[in-house]
Amino acid sequence: MQQWESWSAFWDMGGAAFFVWGSYGLTFALIALELVLVFQRRKDTTRRLLRWRRAVGKDAGKRNGEGTMPAMESET
Amino acid sequence: MTNPERGRSLLRFAAPQNFYPLAGRLAPWFAAIAVLLTAIGLWIGFFVAPTDATQGQVYRVIFIHVPAAWMSMFIYLVMAFWSAVGLIMNTRLSFVMSQALAPTGAMFCFVALWTGALWGKPTWGAYWVWDARLTSQLLLLFLYFGFIALTRAIEDPRRADRAGAIIALVGAVNVPIIYFSVQWWNTLHQGASVSLTKAPSMATTMLAGMLVMAFASWAYTLAVVLWRVRPMILERERHTEWVGTELERAGKLSQTAGGRA
Repeated sequence: MQQWESWSAFWDMGGAAFFVWGSYGLTFALIALELVLVFQRRKDTTRRLLRWRRAVGKDAGKRNGEGTMPAMESET
Repeated sequence: MTNPERGRSLLRFAAPQNFYPLAGRLAPWFAAIAVLLTAIGLWIGFFVAPTDATQGQVYRVIFIHVPAAWMSMFIYLVMAFWSAVGLIMNTRLSFVMSQALAPTGAMFCFVALWTGALWGKPTWGAYWVWDARLTSQLLLLFLYFGFIALTRAIEDPRRADRAGAIIALVGAVNVPIIYFSVQWWNTLHQGASVSLTKAPSMATTMLAGMLVMAFASWAYTLAVVLWRVRPMILERERHTEWVGTELERAGKLSQTAGGRA
């Protein structure tokens, strides 16, 4: 292994383990969280819009153009 | 596709119904590139790049700190760009793009501050100082939060778009301030390690690791933003026929997969 005498030396990071792994750990945790939220939102949006579309009928939206849908706000 | 106006130019992707499937096709590729580049970048960063002569191992934070800081500034400029395009050309998709970019920009901004704090403690002796670079970067985080809060708080999408665009454009002034802060003021934060005009002041392998991680961040941003923008487009275009078709297709897919649609 270049640069490191052993795996324990690698994990110790020359005594800076907290600072190095704290940085990498938080970064990858936030990336994982962001991906989870993005895919959850995709699923939620698809379901909510499908329900809305079936509830109001297929051509309902054409009447009021860009109007807001009060029924959509209460959904989680 | 039955749109009679369908052109052959790239401009046709400015139309939501053309951009939506394109985004869906491209995102997994950018994600794959991001994974690959991250693996290479981490390998260079931890196993090829040497120990720093003065800082020891803690400098290895650089491989996320610098790319994250770059992305946080770059994404804000891209948001300002799309906001300007939206205001000038009145294109629906431009505002949606800038809103899809904001959470990822805020994430990178927070990562830059967090990793900077964890790097500052062992090297400067403090997690935080009110230095020009750090303060302007913190202001960038607040600009991101302000943009996100404002665009979500206003119910009328047209007004939300315009209000957000104004924050994005005004706030963009802060980006060159962050970038040049280390030259304009006497800061504790070190100067730029990489510039287009000077030879880099760091070992080639360190630089290589940093650049590979920067490209990985680009690819990640493209993937996650394209994924995020898709449901936003469906929401905005929900009155159109193509979204109806798309939703029915997605509904059938999740039913056959065993989910409750």
